[in-house]
Amino acid sequence: MELSTLLPFLANVIVGGLVLGFVYAIIALGYTMVYGVLQLINFAHSEVFVTGAVVGFEVFRVLAPVSMNGYLKLLIALLAAMTISGLLNVIIERLAYRPLRGAPKLVPLITAIGVSLILQDVLRVIEGFQGRFDLTYTLPTGFAAPFCGPESSCVGFGKFLTGIGVSLQLKDVILIVVSLLSLAVLNYIVNRTRMGKAIRAVAQDRVTAGLMGIDGNRMISATFLIGGALGGISGVLFGMKFGTVNAYSGFIPGVTAFTAAVLGGIGSIPGAVLGGLLLGVLEKLIGVSNVFGELLGIKNLAVIDDSYSKLGAFIALVLILIFKPTGLLGKSNVEKV
Amino acid sequence: MTAALQQKPRASAPDRTILLVLFFIVTSAFLLVSHNGDLLGQMGPVGTALKNPIVEALMVSLFLANILFAYLWKAAPWARALVSVGSLLFVLPAAGREDTSLLDLSIQIMIFAALALGLNIVVGLAGLLDLGYVAFFAVGAYTWGIVGSPRFAEILKYFGENPGGTNSGTLAIGLVLTAVTAASMLYISRLTARTAPTAATTWSFRLASVGVVAGVILTVRALLVLLAPQADGLANGLNAGFFWLFLALSIFAAAAVGVLIGLPVLKLKGDYLAIITLGLGEVIRVLANNLDLYSAGSQGITPIKSASVPWFDAAAGALGFAPDQYYLLFLYALVLVMIGLILTVNVRLDRSRIGRAWIAIRDDEVAAQAMGVPLMQTKLIAFATGASFAGVMGMIFAAKQQFISPESFVLNQSIAILSMVILGGMGSFPGVILGAAVVTLLNLRILPGLGEATANISWIPQQANPGQLQRLIFGAILVAMMLLRPEGLLPNRRRQLELHHDDNQEDESAQGNAGALGTASGDVYSAGYAPAKEDDKAGGSR
Repeated sequence: MELSTLLPFLANVIVGGLVLGFVYAIIALGYTMVYGVLQLINFAHSEVFVTGAVVGFEVFRVLAPVSMNGYLKLLIALLAAMTISGLLNVIIERLAYRPLRGAPKLVPLITAIGVSLILQDVLRVIEGFQGRFDLTYTLPTGFAAPFCGPESSCVGFGKFLTGIGVSLQLKDVILIVVSLLSLAVLNYIVNRTRMGKAIRAVAQDRVTAGLMGIDGNRMISATFLIGGALGGISGVLFGMKFGTVNAYSGFIPGVTAFTAAVLGGIGSIPGAVLGGLLLGVLEKLIGVSNVFGELLGIKNLAVIDDSYSKLGAFIALVLILIFKPTGLLGKSNVEKV
Repeated sequence: MTAALQQKPRASAPDRTILLVLFFIVTSAFLLVSHNGDLLGQMGPVGTALKNPIVEALMVSLFLANILFAYLWKAAPWARALVSVGSLLFVLPAAGREDTSLLDLSIQIMIFAALALGLNIVVGLAGLLDLGYVAFFAVGAYTWGIVGSPRFAEILKYFGENPGGTNSGTLAIGLVLTAVTAASMLYISRLTARTAPTAATTWSFRLASVGVVAGVILTVRALLVLLAPQADGLANGLNAGFFWLFLALSIFAAAAVGVLIGLPVLKLKGDYLAIITLGLGEVIRVLANNLDLYSAGSQGITPIKSASVPWFDAAAGALGFAPDQYYLLFLYALVLVMIGLILTVNVRLDRSRIGRAWIAIRDDEVAAQAMGVPLMQTKLIAFATGASFAGVMGMIFAAKQQFISPESFVLNQSIAILSMVILGGMGSFPGVILGAAVVTLLNLRILPGLGEATANISWIPQQANPGQLQRLIFGAILVAMMLLRPEGLLPNRRRQLELHHDDNQEDESAQGNAGALGTASGDVYSAGYAPAKEDDKAGGSR
């Protein structure tokens, strides 16, 4: 490949990876926050996320015939997904984890795996009764159009991106904007509000926080609500990005996002975002490894195709856990929420 | 106090010899009738009802309950022996002669029972949650699947065409490298057992383990290249006589993979171990899916040979079995022997030094280490033992199915095995076997039966068919057991006594295990939060 084509190609891969990475980052936040307060891998989070995706699908499907601003539809979908996923997460915690508080760690972990499996089938049956399995998003018109095509008038950053040969769709840009907004809101809640302070206190030491008058269980519920709402957002974004979801599609993004949380240092919010972005780019880079193989003259790299790019997360997870289990931004006194 | 209460009802249970024998006769009769096609044909509507898959599953369950009752009930020893031996050696094969699928089902149940027993060592005894257990099953299955099928000739052909500078010298190098590095690994581990490990020993150990892998790859590669000229003679795979050699090899291969996976990951604890084993299990599955040359990718390997034992076939023929049932009957017998062996190994291990070391680690890792239990070695033995059971059963599975593909080794399978262990009761051998029987019956008979029964109901679309509700059932088992009866259906007596002995001291437990990475302190679970009905069954902490 010539250098003149290689650079735009690489830029596209990296920007595409970042877009994907934002989805992982938002999912990873759900894992990392719950881990922060309970030291529990919430296996059911991947299904909370898929629930968001299913809700988003339903909203877009119901609103498809309605003539309404596309952004308004998106807002409704996001709000509905946030509400339902958030409440679902709270209910899961109430029914499946709270009775086991104080039990050895493996007990709630096994329960979490069980809840995850139950939710997969419940979602499948709910959609199945309407004769659907794969849910294809009906996005508002224009969402799939190029963000900044040659025919449209580009300004600012869009012009810069087009200039270096990166092509983005409008939905990719929406995805990035929504993710950044969610991060900002999350940051505000965690660092600037009373509730955020209480959550951080519970994450540091639940017993002492209890002595200071903080209701630990309420704060845990609040954490699950926030984590679930983030899961709902990421579900809708994921559905928009990939177009099709089904009840079982939470597993791979779930593990990838968990890996992102571990990579960044579990319990750390900036870590989760960093990890998500890194893994998104890594996945895209593995996906085009045949190009690198051609470039470097290594023929064998060409066999590494798309199916391996999903494996990237697993291998990254194994390597991180073996060599640096505290993650990139994880410290022993990391701020956990 | 509780202990005495628990013991009493068993001791004073009424003698149920007659009931047991009656139950055996009735359920055997039902099983034999409901699997006899000719007889069912003559029975009209009753026959059709008996053929219903759910009714059939009920018959099989009731029949298998015989063996459970023979174990649980107080009865004369002759009655217990009659029921268990009669069921397994006479009635099941007899019913299986009329209906081959019953033989298949029995083999499947026993394969899963063995898998559950293996996972029970890892999860139930040693307290290490392994979510990638099915990977070892896959190793065993592919070990025989590759050499016992036409795939072998194709691999040989490939290596014949691409020898890549390999010759008999490579074989020698590979063998020497393997031997030297394996010996040095043993030597280093001996050395570090006595003195504290230093950076030098750690790194030389890692180097040696890489050397072993390289040596094995070189050796296997050289063997394949050297065997390549024989490819035409092996068009159907290796001679079935090699079955026995590979039965032994599959045990070692799976155990070796267990050690190789265990070495880096076993220093992690609790949930991190769970997620890393999940990841490695998926890695092995994806490799099986993508290494088309060896595993034929997603289309799978077929046909896979079974062993051929002429005298056994003759005996089976004399008993009236059809020739196409010989291999199933043979595998049935083999798997019976294997499960007997595995059960013996389990019971012996449980009562041995190593078994007590496992339980010590599960209950409190730090205390166990302080008492002189070598942590890594003990955990590795647990991993390797569990893996070896899975390996041998994987091979039998491949021979039974005559077909393997990565579909058989998905994460759900690992979780199914986990739910068997948890349903029966972690650490309890009879419980785990019961769990395996229940879950396998649900999975292979009752759910498909439900699916078939509801397939034509108009308001249930195909996408919501209850025949596919495996995940829901596994999930419900996991959640319900953890919330309601964490010690399982047939709890291990010692464990149950431990559990109900010191309710008040339980909550110390979590401190030992919490904060797997040292980033979090265990205080989150500390005293005052423990509900009364808590237990440490799930292994790991106390």
